[in-house]
Amino acid sequence: MARITAGVATSHVPAIGAAMDLGKTEQPYWQPLFKGYEYVRQWIKEQKPDVIFLVYNDHANAFDMNFIPTFAIGCAPEFKPADEGWGARPVPIVKGHPALAAHITQSLIQDNFDLTVVHKMDVDHGLTVPLSLVFGQVEAWPCLIIPFAVNVVLYPPPSGQRCYDLGKALRKAIESFPEDLNVQVWGTGGMSHQLQGPRAGLINQAFDNDFLDRLIDDAENLAKVPHINYVREAGSEGIELVMWLIMRGALNDEIELKHRFYHVPASNTAVGHLVVENKKA
Amino acid sequence: MTTKPYHDIPGTIIFDPEMAQLGYHLNQFANSLMQAANREKFKANERAYLDEWAMSEEQKQAVLARDYNQMMQLGGNVYFLAKIFSTDGLSFQHAAASMTGMTQEAYAQMMLNGGRRPEGNLYKEQNNG
Repeated sequence: MARITAGVATSHVPAIGAAMDLGKTEQPYWQPLFKGYEYVRQWIKEQKPDVIFLVYNDHANAFDMNFIPTFAIGCAPEFKPADEGWGARPVPIVKGHPALAAHITQSLIQDNFDLTVVHKMDVDHGLTVPLSLVFGQVEAWPCLIIPFAVNVVLYPPPSGQRCYDLGKALRKAIESFPEDLNVQVWGTGGMSHQLQGPRAGLINQAFDNDFLDRLIDDAENLAKVPHINYVREAGSEGIELVMWLIMRGALNDEIELKHRFYHVPASNTAVGHLVVENKKA
Repeated sequence: MTTKPYHDIPGTIIFDPEMAQLGYHLNQFANSLMQAANREKFKANERAYLDEWAMSEEQKQAVLARDYNQMMQLGGNVYFLAKIFSTDGLSFQHAAASMTGMTQEAYAQMMLNGGRRPEGNLYKEQNNG
């Protein structure tokens, strides 16, 4: 049977992708950030996941004003990197797992999570920057990826509780898939940042670190935090953090923290990163 | 109109369904710049390209002036508007700085120093608007 072994959380700032694509990772500005990802680069080589269920948000690239789905699952065999206005990132095509994606779709909808099913979708920095951070610059991504896009662009996004509960249903879905697969669930976005208006540049280190603490060992209560707290305290784009709760819900109540990293700034944003494993029962 | 829970957050426009309706054509114009051919067409004659879209004159003027705060007042969302500053070859940081009234250098330095602090920036009463 398929099993969820581990989770990764990371911010997905587009400037991080640009720094990698333009060979700037050794510059003094970027060097401390990439140092925080050295652990996961080694760890992932030992873990060798077959599939990553990658929770991210589309930034008005796959979905324009005509359609904005709250939860969209990518069921196609492949997904191309999006042209976000300056040409597509020079990263590999993302290969999906249509059979597992179809199984998850079936299971989650039967469990009352009404997903939008997508067969053609370009994937933007929200998905490709986490892959670049963890795998580095590679010819091909070394595993299959199921993109799971959550609306956090048009207010209101789904609540933290809804995301956490979806994670729990996702676990049930994955663990009922008959093939023997090592599956990881990644949650991306955040941490505190605001990209707009006179308050742009807001960073709230206390909020972010409290979020990291509670995601690890108080997720049940963290899930109850309402939207308004995120947008007020972590910035209008800090609301992306609800996506981390999908990852957390999909893991055991008890998890083992393997790595924790926090850094300010990457461009406008506070960067957070966790590597967690399911404790053996 | 009902009072929204986020009305008292200073310096922030929440992109909700009402703003989305107001900004529909502005945002769709911006997203058209995801195609290289459209970027070229826009750069060749901005006004003529804008006139192909059912935007208000106010919205068109805001685009021509690259006034991102004004574009957001008129229903723009930063992830759509990103296609405009990307077409200009400018970063999110450049665009964000332009909305704060700071120079890009001062803004970048603020970020290096840990960003804009939450103290005084969570409620309108704290900063008088």
